[in-house]
Amino acid sequence: MSAVLDVVLSSAFLAAVLRIATPYLLAAFGGLVAERAGISNIALEGQMLAAACMGALVAGYSGSVALGALCGVALAVLLGLLLAALRLELGADAIIAGIGLNLLASGGTAYAVYTLLDDKGGTSGLKSGSLPTVTLPGVESIPLVGDVLSGQNMITWLAFLAAPLVAWLFYRTRFGFHLRAVGETPDAAESVGIPVRRVQYTGLALSGALAGAAGVFLSMGYVSFFVRDMTAGRGFIALAAVFLGGLRPWGVFLAALGFGAAEALAVQLGTLDVPPQLVSTIPYAMTLVALALYAWRRKRRGLAGGVAASL
Amino acid sequence: MNESGNGPGNRPRGEAAGVDGSVAVAACAVTKTYANGVRAVRGVDLEVPPGEIRAVVGENGAGKSTLMKMFYGLEQPTSGEIIVGGRSRTLRGPASAIALGVGMVHQNLMLVPSFTVAQNVVLGVEPGRRGLVDARAAVETTARLAAESGLAVDPKARVDEVSVGMRQRTEILKALHRKARVLILDEPTAVLTPQETEDLFAAVRRLRDGGMTVLFISHKLREVREISDKVSVMRAGSLVGTVATADATERSLAAMMVGRDLSLDVGRTPARPTEVTLRVRDLAYEAATGQSLSEIAFDVAAGEVVGVAGIEGNGQSELAEILAGLRRPTVGSIRVGGTDTAGLDVAGHRRAGIGYVPEDRLHNGAALDESIADNLVVDRHDRPPLARRGVLHPRAVRAHAERLIDEYAIRTPDPSVPVRSLSGGNMQKVIVARELSAGPRLLIASQVTRGVDIGAMRFMYERLVAARDAGAAVLLISADLTELLALSDRLLVLKDGRLVGRFDDTAALTEKHVGLYMLGVEHHDREQLVAGLDDAGEAPAA
Repeated sequence: MSAVLDVVLSSAFLAAVLRIATPYLLAAFGGLVAERAGISNIALEGQMLAAACMGALVAGYSGSVALGALCGVALAVLLGLLLAALRLELGADAIIAGIGLNLLASGGTAYAVYTLLDDKGGTSGLKSGSLPTVTLPGVESIPLVGDVLSGQNMITWLAFLAAPLVAWLFYRTRFGFHLRAVGETPDAAESVGIPVRRVQYTGLALSGALAGAAGVFLSMGYVSFFVRDMTAGRGFIALAAVFLGGLRPWGVFLAALGFGAAEALAVQLGTLDVPPQLVSTIPYAMTLVALALYAWRRKRRGLAGGVAASL
Repeated sequence: MNESGNGPGNRPRGEAAGVDGSVAVAACAVTKTYANGVRAVRGVDLEVPPGEIRAVVGENGAGKSTLMKMFYGLEQPTSGEIIVGGRSRTLRGPASAIALGVGMVHQNLMLVPSFTVAQNVVLGVEPGRRGLVDARAAVETTARLAAESGLAVDPKARVDEVSVGMRQRTEILKALHRKARVLILDEPTAVLTPQETEDLFAAVRRLRDGGMTVLFISHKLREVREISDKVSVMRAGSLVGTVATADATERSLAAMMVGRDLSLDVGRTPARPTEVTLRVRDLAYEAATGQSLSEIAFDVAAGEVVGVAGIEGNGQSELAEILAGLRRPTVGSIRVGGTDTAGLDVAGHRRAGIGYVPEDRLHNGAALDESIADNLVVDRHDRPPLARRGVLHPRAVRAHAERLIDEYAIRTPDPSVPVRSLSGGNMQKVIVARELSAGPRLLIASQVTRGVDIGAMRFMYERLVAARDAGAAVLLISADLTELLALSDRLLVLKDGRLVGRFDDTAALTEKHVGLYMLGVEHHDREQLVAGLDDAGEAPAA
């Protein structure tokens, strides 16, 4: 047991938590923005995967990591807009359309990689590189904190900045007001002249961009190549974090960080004398526990919610 | 009250109002035909001068809502012209109506529940620079508008935590913030308590005196008489006429609305109550949210209508839902015709012979997207004659529906039409038909006539009295005192979850007198409340 504690309290572990939580945080904020705009973005998983693949391929062929990341994020934005169009123009169910986009991303990336590189597994044969790391001057000398923060990927920094940024966007800006109004009561928003569809398209594009950043991090930060289906359900876990966090920026931040910590723990325990099968279930078990907790909380608030719903 | 010209629309079009400001809004020969061929509005000419409160009344489906939607840009006329501020306008949407100074308070309020009052007031026209919202300016603006107009609100309170009355005031402030000169109020009093209604009327009059033109849509003729300067009556899409309110009576307006003389006096005979059907003793209910109940004890006998009065939110909804089996009482006994129902589930309550017309028909009364026929069988689809060996008999379901549609005069082209497409009155008829045709021993009727037109209202009254005369015990819960006094053989008053009044003879009761009990100014002693009830107070008094 003390071996476990030693691991958990080490700076290496905390650094791993930040790194592993990065895609969860970004994808969860992506999910949050879409959810608050009134369209569930269940396609987070596919957007991440498509961005990861596009990023690695473009970076590998062009030699520019920045161009790769940009193209990856752009593809995820396009998928977000596509989801919005399917929902708003054609009246498709957002969940079904999202599942479709996920399947498209899974199959499409595998097909692209196989066609271009003749490799069914991924782009490990293509040298694509990683996005730069950031070290704040002076931080390294601070004990513990220095070890945890220094050398983190720029996207990790971005992920942690996203929480205050999204909170600011939601509660301080006109766009955030409109987004929340549109998501909650589209009729009310429309009746005061807010362009409901335009706000929803913008929200879904932003959602896609955040999921895209998460995806780019996977193939150009976490590792430096694309592997088939490398998102491994992170988009869905991020979606769980959106609801567990009560659809609020800081709640979602904590929930996503918790999922990141659980996975980091699983990775670290794998090096110890704990059955690996058990260890690898930790993130998923935590997801289930978290969702049960969320449902329980919601049930308790159900009566109060009923009053609000009858408005 | 108002000297501005109001001759019939004989001015040349488009010049209706000049600098003399004789017309704030007008419709000239406006017709609206929907894509499905329904002609909702037929050749309506309507002129409203500035600074007038104009009531527009008519039954459901008379076209008044459609006409208002055209003034607010939500619908466009098929032919004819909408005139705002002296010129013919094409209103492409609410935004263009708002820009011309037309504001509308919808019947189902258009507010964002999780936003504060101030945030709702400024939504869409937020103060602040460079894409940011200045929260303090929003609160200040709202407080200033509230003070100027006399519409009291708490700018920082969340809308889902304030009263319906404050929500409505928020809606009006929204319109004022957008500099509305014409305010359309669509059935604004439907959800208000008498006190809130009075406050609203005072504020509306102040706005009128400040030059605001108010279009007031309502079913409630008493309120129309109280608030309006003139009344325009619509029937079947046409404008029947406009009269000065001072020259109109409720009766004459009702006759104009339905095209014949129609009174709401159902002329019921004295009740002949027999044995006690509903027996409630020492009932208490601990509510997590909403109103708790305590020390409730009363009887309802077969063959009588017992009314429950009270300002909304004083426990009526909770009481109705407990009796219908939707909530469990914390303590107390409830017997319906000898069955102890306190521990039963909803199906058990139904088997005990309880019929229930819920107050919120849209949420709890019917499955809106399902057909009339299906809605009429939901409580009896699992047994003959509608089903045999667990398999539904479509022809029997249809025949059953056709019979009830005929019997209850439900206006629909076909039983397969989804309930959602019906008007409020017809929707309610479907629910009442289902509940009454089951032949209940006890009928709990909550806000049966809310939002239904006068014809349907009278129909409901007749049906309730007929059910009573057939031997049902009827518990009538209503926010409408006139209705309670017209129908109840006995009357109970709820305040803060307790019974505070019991009137065994309603013949000489006045609304004012009952109002004193509703407000808590007067109350009956416990002895009076439980007089004649067997075993009352068997549990130790809490």
